[in-house]
Amino acid sequence: MYPIERVEPLNAEVTRMVVRAPEIARKIRPGQFIMLRIDERGERIPLTMNECDPEAGTVTIVFQAVGATTMRLAQLKAGDALLDFAGPLGNPTELEGARRACVIGGGLGTAIAYPQAKWLHEHGCEVDVITGFRTKDLILLEDEIKACSTRQIIMTDDGSNGNKGLVTQALQQRIDEGADYDLVLAVGPVIMMKFVAATTKPYGIKTLVSMNPLMIDGTGMCGGCRVKVGDEYLHACVDGPDFDGHLVDYDDAMRRGVMYRSFEGAAREAAEGRDCNGGTDGERKGA
Amino acid sequence: MATSYEVNRQKEKTPVSELDPADRAKTFDEVALGYTEEEAVAEARRCIQCPNTPCVGGCPVGVPIPRFVEQVAEGNFARAYAIVKSANSLPAICGRVCPQETQCEGVCTRGRNGEPVAIGRLERFTSDWAFAHPEEAAAAMDGLREECAAGDELACSIWRGAEGAVSQDLAGKRVAVIGSGPASLTCAGELVKRGCDITVFEALHKVGGVLTYGIPEFRLPKDLVQREVSKLGDKGVSFEVNALVGKLYDIDELMEDRGFDAVFVGTGAGLPSYLGIEGEGLNGVSVASELLTRVNLMKAYQFPEYETPVYAGKKCVVVGGGNVAMDAARTARRLGADVTVVYRRGREEMPARAEEVHHAEQEGIKFLLLTNPVRILGDESGWVSGVECVRMELGEPDASGRRRPAPIEGSEFVIDIDMLVVAAGSKTNPLIAKTTPGLEVTPRSLIVADERTGATSKPGVFAGGDAVIGAATVILAMGAGKRAAAGIGEYLTQE
Repeated sequence: MYPIERVEPLNAEVTRMVVRAPEIARKIRPGQFIMLRIDERGERIPLTMNECDPEAGTVTIVFQAVGATTMRLAQLKAGDALLDFAGPLGNPTELEGARRACVIGGGLGTAIAYPQAKWLHEHGCEVDVITGFRTKDLILLEDEIKACSTRQIIMTDDGSNGNKGLVTQALQQRIDEGADYDLVLAVGPVIMMKFVAATTKPYGIKTLVSMNPLMIDGTGMCGGCRVKVGDEYLHACVDGPDFDGHLVDYDDAMRRGVMYRSFEGAAREAAEGRDCNGGTDGERKGA
Repeated sequence: MATSYEVNRQKEKTPVSELDPADRAKTFDEVALGYTEEEAVAEARRCIQCPNTPCVGGCPVGVPIPRFVEQVAEGNFARAYAIVKSANSLPAICGRVCPQETQCEGVCTRGRNGEPVAIGRLERFTSDWAFAHPEEAAAAMDGLREECAAGDELACSIWRGAEGAVSQDLAGKRVAVIGSGPASLTCAGELVKRGCDITVFEALHKVGGVLTYGIPEFRLPKDLVQREVSKLGDKGVSFEVNALVGKLYDIDELMEDRGFDAVFVGTGAGLPSYLGIEGEGLNGVSVASELLTRVNLMKAYQFPEYETPVYAGKKCVVVGGGNVAMDAARTARRLGADVTVVYRRGREEMPARAEEVHHAEQEGIKFLLLTNPVRILGDESGWVSGVECVRMELGEPDASGRRRPAPIEGSEFVIDIDMLVVAAGSKTNPLIAKTTPGLEVTPRSLIVADERTGATSKPGVFAGGDAVIGAATVILAMGAGKRAAAGIGEYLTQE
């Protein structure tokens, strides 16, 4: 069991959770992820590390309550425990050698891009961080990113923070202003990563994207997470999750990403049904 | 050799009860129900106790088959179990999933004129009986040990290598076992008998490897796998799940930082192969291990009570002719699909067990042999809608002796489907090879290991099972695990 040390809502949809997992905390690097399972009935879901503290022995995850599992996860409290927490999985993001980087986070992707920005900042790289949200109430990790970026640009779809537009517009503007990036890293919805890659391609800027396909085992044995990169399918869990943004087939990824959508409603209803009954799995508290 | 019982001259095996094919295709309940006591005795009495005992040589873990069969024939079921268990740490599993026709039963003397003795069913019977009668089974194990201690040679010859038989000569030694499939479980079981301190590291959240995520419930109930595993736990083997070696730790760290004296690598061959044809990324297309993992490990057939979903179409094609293809086809059938197995060679060449093909046919699965998919077709929303296949003919035998199939030009045709499962084999995960300096591997990432001892090129590191030989059978993996345990014993005692 993996005890939950702290749970904190970052906004109405997004939760930050600190989990005690000393072995993983010692090993995990920016870009790597964990698979967790809440309890015996649970599914395995991948979540990318947001922060780790090797001395405290904790790994922090940030997630958005969108489906049955994340909704259930969001209801857990400090003192509860997760049944399974496996990692580090995937490859660390290749950040060595970058001198002038732009890290781009879309929505929840901001939390996943944060450790890379922090690593780059700590290793003497000039880091611009562009983040994008639907509206200002959903802005994530503003202070944390401020502390580890050269320049922070926050965009909102509705302009409610006074900075209306898409992350790609901000990126284009920075390129036009002469920002001479040697690395662009994008984490967020597939459609956003697609357009970031399209923005950098004409300039030949090395662009990494962190893909987020469906996963089951997360160790390379089932192919559920395959992503079309160039002419071949690669496994995001072992070959990724970062890939060359100019080679990924985003349309294929978006299509595969919704394959299980029809099941999600049923899963949510079942999860809500369990909650209404006060939880049927015995291990949960305060449901 | 004389028998102490009257030999049953019946040419055929004593039949075993099975669930009705029409009913069972709707559930994941175990298909074969196993022998009753009367049936087991009748079948055991078909054994003529021939003096050259070819069956023992045919068993990769060397179960003293005539000895235990004789005990069943005489109704001494507890003692029969003790004898089986002395050589085989997972008899309830082997009795169910071994390809006996190419192993012990394939060389049975009775099989020369009629059917061989149903050794697998008898092995299963003894372990299921022992599960239902735990006290008598334990007493029989103790009895055998005491007879050996008292100097009884026959008891000792059976007991050799079993619990308590060898002194605790590995006490104080620590061995890390990587992976928890059949090779690893067997290796752990053998070493713990000798007093060795064992920790098994498993990447997934449940132990058992292919026994847990691969072989379906209707062939091998998962409770039974966990029961066999928990017996190892009772003996003192520790298990660390959620521990992917190569990521969480590497082998050098296990040996240097965590103080393991030796390591056994039993990581299997779990990386799926694809067909490499157009359309493999369409929705509704998966590899067999995804379907089987969702259903077996995650219990997706009980969705939404269990939270992992599994997609099942109405019309499914499974590509492949091995046991995994049969498991996938029968699983898709139970999820409600109409299933056709497409295989590029003929029936004779199918690597699947004859019994599995028979069970699949009984359950209404159709076979399109000498047929190969060339392209997977999709609809405008990106879901699979059909598979274009070509008829094949068998040409001259290739270097491996198998007749090479070749497409018949102009014979292409399309099958309309909404689900396709690829069961085209599996490869070795290169993670251990990549993260273990000094470990010699083949270009296919198979670990190079000594056949007798399992020793690799890296001192103190041993390997066995599919990680060494590529995708094979449970019992071959167990044989390798048993040999490696002996090899590790030699290594740890010669220092």
